[in-house]
Amino acid sequence: MKFSLNPAAPDRRLLDRSRRARAMSWIMAIMLFLTVLAGALGLGMFAARGSLDRQLSGRLTVQIVEPDAAARDRDTQAMADAFRKMPSVKRVEVVDRERLAELVRPWLGDAGLDPDLPMPAMIDVDLSDGSDAAVSRVAQAAKAIYADARVDRHAQWLSPVRSFMTTMSWLAAGLVLLMATATAAVVLLVARSGLDTHRDTIEVLHMLGATDIQVARLFQRRIAFDTLLGGLLGAGAAMGLVAFLQSRLGLLGSEMLSGVALQQRDWFLLLMLPILFALMATFAARVAVLRALGRVL
Amino acid sequence: MANIVQFENVGLRYGTGPETLSDVSFSLRSGAFYFVTGASGAGKTSLLKLLYLAQRPTRGVVRLFGEDTVTLPRKRLPGFRRRIGVVFQDFRLVPHLSSYDNIALPLRVAGIPESDIEAPVREMLAWVGLTDRGKAKPLTLSGGEQQRIAIARAVIGRPEILVADEPTGNVDPDMAERLLHLFESLNRLGTTVVVATHDFHLLNRIPTAHMMRLDKGQIHDPTGALRHPAGSTE
Ligand SMILES: Nc1ncnc2c1ncn2[C@@H]1O[C@H](COP(=O)(O)OP(=O)(O)OP(=O)(O)O)[C@@H](O)[C@H]1O
Ligand SMILES: [Mg+2]
Repeated sequence: MKFSLNPAAPDRRLLDRSRRARAMSWIMAIMLFLTVLAGALGLGMFAARGSLDRQLSGRLTVQIVEPDAAARDRDTQAMADAFRKMPSVKRVEVVDRERLAELVRPWLGDAGLDPDLPMPAMIDVDLSDGSDAAVSRVAQAAKAIYADARVDRHAQWLSPVRSFMTTMSWLAAGLVLLMATATAAVVLLVARSGLDTHRDTIEVLHMLGATDIQVARLFQRRIAFDTLLGGLLGAGAAMGLVAFLQSRLGLLGSEMLSGVALQQRDWFLLLMLPILFALMATFAARVAVLRALGRVL
Repeated sequence: MANIVQFENVGLRYGTGPETLSDVSFSLRSGAFYFVTGASGAGKTSLLKLLYLAQRPTRGVVRLFGEDTVTLPRKRLPGFRRRIGVVFQDFRLVPHLSSYDNIALPLRVAGIPESDIEAPVREMLAWVGLTDRGKAKPLTLSGGEQQRIAIARAVIGRPEILVADEPTGNVDPDMAERLLHLFESLNRLGTTVVVATHDFHLLNRIPTAHMMRLDKGQIHDPTGALRHPAGSTE
């Protein structure tokens, strides 16, 4: 009995398609739908965290809270110059007074434009790497010029968001694992009950000299087809849903949410899920069948 | 002629019940024709099961093709089974396969390419007179027709031994005789034939056949001396 892709191949007919086999396809469709959604969530959160890190890890704001305007401007300028000379600094921008006024307008109204109002000066700094060492070098340089300079890392403000994303990634990974376990269990049950359904056929095959491997192969192939069919269906539906949600996210135009977008590699990984599950199902079926056959003469 | 089958003090017990077969010893010669007779429940089917490797004896030695089947590793059983054709008492046709596919089964199990299967299957269908029932499913066939499909399946692989359990139980006397002639012609081609039957009528149809009688699990007349005194047939 050779392997054949022809659905009408004679050995394909040996095990008739039971209702249970069709149920198997539907169960796999549902399982894979949920698994792919969980997987997409995990990959999306992972990607978002990555882009968040890339965007924020090297970003700092240095504040100089000095009431004397002349001293403040001088220190600010000196600091900006000092930062520009540092090799790890990519960009230095002194936030001008108008923008600051704009930022505080919701609280102070037009009073913020009053030149006599003491306002801290701010310098935005982009580092080429967001390591602690690089950040503390900037902080040292700042404090050398103005001892009370405050250095804020943007990543810090978003660290709750970041840890939420991490949690979600792990949760998704856990869900995928859980689904895989449940799928394996379902497949084992289906393979066993399939053995019962086809006991007579198997016995005849045995008496005609079929080897255990031959019989197992019949089951394996049947289960591989059923699970792959159902799995691709469920995975396809889930990927369609994810693509739709992603296009809606894109419309929101949020920089942070757009980081959730799945890359080509992520889509490929998701597509591998039904194939992986079908392989797992095939292996589980093979084990179940060979073990059951080993018990009869 | 060499012994193709050899039983030595074979006992068979199902579970914890009494011995269904006890102290069965006999040899079958390659190329000969044997009838196994005996009352219902005498153990004919049990004996044949040992012969076609569906059972292992609880004691004694069953030698097949010169090898002890009791110690034969499980892995080697399929190879042995492919050399044996079996007509089961209950046919054991695969219900969702057509007659054609049922007959083709042994060839497919043996890995014969599809192109080499059609001709022998058609030939077998003609041989058992069911040329036009190739597409029929077993359950749409009469008992006698099913039996003929089962016989066709048993002989298509040109087995070295043909084991038939009541192969004429469901057919009229004319058909029984035709089937017996099938077995006889197969036998002439060199196949050792073992037929279990309690149809005494059949026994006289094959003058060269040996007869073994089972009585309550014990063999009588293992050499067929009942009808053919020892050494009179060769
Ligand atoms: N699988 C089994 N489990 C337990 N007992 C069995 C089993 N098969 C057969 N027996 C018993 O073994 C004895 C012999 O049965 P067997 O089928 O060999 O008889 P038989 O000669 O073929 O009868 P028949 O002519 O009715 O087919 C019977 O008493 C039967 O009940
Ligand atoms: Mg019987």
